[in-house]
Amino acid sequence: MMQDPSNLLVLALILPVAGLLLTLVMGGRYASRITLLLAPVGLAVAAALVVSVVRADDALVYYLGGWTPPLGVALRADGLSAIFILTTVVVVGAIGIFARAEFRVPPGQVETRTSLTFWALLLTLWGALNLVFLSNDLFSLFVALELLTFSAIPLVCLEGSAKTLAAGLRYLLFALLGSVLYLLGAVLLYGAYGTLDIGLLAERVRPEPVAWAAAALMTTGLMAKTALFPLHFWLPPAHAGAPAAASAILSALVIKASLFLIVRLWFDVMPALMNPSAAQILAALGAAAILFGSVLALRQARLKLLIAYSTVAQIGYLFLIFPLIARPESVAFAAPDLSSALTATVVSTSAWSGGVLQAVSHAFAKAAMFMAAGLIAQSLGHDRIADLSSIGRALPITVLAFALAGMSLMGLPPSGGFAAKWLLLTATIETGQWWWALVILGGGLLTGGYLFRVLAPALFGSRESVILRAPPARYREVVVLALALCSVLLGFVRLGAFDLVQIGRLAKAGMGLP
Amino acid sequence: MTLAFAVDVGLALLVLAVAGWSLAVRDAFAAVISFVAYGLLLALVWVRLAAPDVALTEAAVGSGLTGLLLLSASARLRHAETSAAPPGPALQWAAGALCILVTAGLAALVLLLPEPAPTLAPAAVAHLPATGLGNPVTGVLMVYRAIDTFLEGVVLLPALLGVWSLASDSDWGGAPILRHPRPDGALTLIAQALPPFGIIVGVYLCWNSADHPGGAFQGGAVLAAMWVLILLAGLADAPPIRRRGLRVLLVAGAAVLLAVGLAGVELAGAFLAYPEHYSKPLILAIEMALVLSIAVALALLVAGPPVRTPS
Amino acid sequence: MISTTTLFGLSSAVLIGFGLFGMIVDPQPLRKILAFNVLGGGVFLLFGVIARRGAGAGLGGDPVPQALVITGLVVAFAATALAVALLLCLFQATGQTALDEAPPPAPSVDP
Repeated sequence: MMQDPSNLLVLALILPVAGLLLTLVMGGRYASRITLLLAPVGLAVAAALVVSVVRADDALVYYLGGWTPPLGVALRADGLSAIFILTTVVVVGAIGIFARAEFRVPPGQVETRTSLTFWALLLTLWGALNLVFLSNDLFSLFVALELLTFSAIPLVCLEGSAKTLAAGLRYLLFALLGSVLYLLGAVLLYGAYGTLDIGLLAERVRPEPVAWAAAALMTTGLMAKTALFPLHFWLPPAHAGAPAAASAILSALVIKASLFLIVRLWFDVMPALMNPSAAQILAALGAAAILFGSVLALRQARLKLLIAYSTVAQIGYLFLIFPLIARPESVAFAAPDLSSALTATVVSTSAWSGGVLQAVSHAFAKAAMFMAAGLIAQSLGHDRIADLSSIGRALPITVLAFALAGMSLMGLPPSGGFAAKWLLLTATIETGQWWWALVILGGGLLTGGYLFRVLAPALFGSRESVILRAPPARYREVVVLALALCSVLLGFVRLGAFDLVQIGRLAKAGMGLP
Repeated sequence: MTLAFAVDVGLALLVLAVAGWSLAVRDAFAAVISFVAYGLLLALVWVRLAAPDVALTEAAVGSGLTGLLLLSASARLRHAETSAAPPGPALQWAAGALCILVTAGLAALVLLLPEPAPTLAPAAVAHLPATGLGNPVTGVLMVYRAIDTFLEGVVLLPALLGVWSLASDSDWGGAPILRHPRPDGALTLIAQALPPFGIIVGVYLCWNSADHPGGAFQGGAVLAAMWVLILLAGLADAPPIRRRGLRVLLVAGAAVLLAVGLAGVELAGAFLAYPEHYSKPLILAIEMALVLSIAVALALLVAGPPVRTPS
Repeated sequence: MISTTTLFGLSSAVLIGFGLFGMIVDPQPLRKILAFNVLGGGVFLLFGVIARRGAGAGLGGDPVPQALVITGLVVAFAATALAVALLLCLFQATGQTALDEAPPPAPSVDP
């Protein structure tokens, strides 16, 4: 049974869910222990998954119940899924260690509201994310999106203040609108093509009105869930209002799940529909997100809100990849000379790899940043940016982690963020779309601007002594630093390792290229 | 124009009118009442579309439970002071234009749907005898796409936890209170008379779902509606949420399905596959566990966050 | 003379338009939740029309969309329950049901 590596897909899915069921029954006292026990197991599963995908040099597929699509539901793990599953479990594990102290049950009590809610919903988020990365069926993905929403909202208003309740309700309404638009698109696809399986749809979809309408509806719905400009204004209050440990996973991964589905939709389900104007529109919205998010971040008075607006901006980078990835038909199947076909492949891979690297390094950096902000807020009792002068002296490890994460976000060498932007810039030059290069560079400058606002006084302030309400536990600072280092060390990964993200790409298979 | 078609046209127009009215009328209570009516009319439409399973679910969940939920909410929000100003005319016109565009586009697509329609009915029917089931919808829910049912059992849990987490820290562990402030005689009478029948109907819907319309969802929804009626009339109190028995009931459906699914890996070659001759009894066992979980979860979703009564 | 399925298909398109308008325009959260249910109902109805068109092999309709609608109805109810609970909690905390829709243009000043 264990010889078949595709069993790992099922394991990755049911481990967090089993944890959730167990946590509910055993109660809040054991909740953190269950999560911290499952995290290393999940890490092993994710690592094994990556290794299996590389060894197979193709996507792994599992037919649930033994039923093949279109009647049954399949799970599918290509290189992209495997990378995201690994990123998720690392972030979840780090959050688990970080949040142990914050959401524990005091001795003498059986269970508290925050302890049960936090740990159970963290497990649910983990399971839902894995489902998004693994499911090959559009309706299962709809349920996964709902699972994500139902788990994220209560975390946003965990604190219980009126402001977080309003932020949670607004987030919920946006998320529900997005889900129902997504479902409408999926319904149209079933009506036209008789299946909800991504692989089968890729074979059956033709560029016709119903496919266009479905693509437009699903993309709009998913854009609302990814908080792409102009549907972004639910995000800052929601991510800033959640407890730091929850904001970490919300900004790092939850918001990328819907983006993952947009990528799946355009490049796996309907590559023939990807036309240049649609791609330019998406990228233009991304550029607007970078501009607006960064400018608003510059004007924030509170650290957590600044980081949340930074998320709005950084999401914009990920939408720049759409026009940078060569369209399959531009690589004319009857390419007379091999070199142009190869050039198109190279452009396609560098943009693709750059996008994935940006997503993963941002995930680590943003999670580290939110957790660092949480430590700062707990130690100082506030997170007003104006009063963060000289905290670098009092909280050296925390501020160092924040600085390293910021380095990756800005795109300074030698971080993962730098490597990602380098790959994207290469792609812009090779496709001759120099205007996106300006956006990327400009975005980096703006990011530097708002991060400098925080780091300069923190590191070089001249305040004599900083009064800490309570120094943070050393192990928590170390965990945050470790995450930030992950984001930086990604910059050292060999370029050849990025072949992993190409394994199993459906469009590539269709292109007939190696 | 045949009589049946005339009825259909009338039904469609009525559905649209009631839906539009419920969105347009200013009084929240009237809006909810017409929404409940809309749900029941929609159930009739489902019958006309040859989908009795869906009609049952729509009536029980979409109309019944959602109606009870929204009614109790609108009662409490009756005197809400709202400072929300409606958006300016520019936005309203823009939104209106967008929605007309969407409706027109969808209408055109409906008319352009391919003929003959692609369908999975033949495939579903072909594999049904091997599963021992007679109802193809149950076949889809419990066999071909059992993962969706499993996820369904799971997705109710964070929603319920979210509702519970809205309580204050000191109220955690208590019991939700759904009692109507002044339960009148009619409500008490209904809550005393209806549940025995409702429970029988709910169990019957689930037990017979192998070969007839019904299933864990429909049965669970009917049972939940009965329990909500009992709670509303004050004939019984909701259990405190810290009770382990309650927690076990909530996870039972998903847990049993998970266990059977894992057993399927060894005994039938794949997760959520059924061994050759045991599929029907296993499916019944899963449905029995699911109906309990779904009934408890749906009712508690209506009941709301817990409250600690001063002891 | 259009068929029954086309009739209900067109009705679903109108319901979707109604629900979408209500969700975007009505400032009251309870109305948005109602509109969400009408919108969802329209989408499910469209799926049901597609199921009816797929009648065959002795069945009145394609069972796969019908089963998915059943699942969807329960998920939509759970979403409604969560939204209503949030709304009631917000009302209890503030005495109002309005969401501050305007995006914060100025830096938020917090004590």
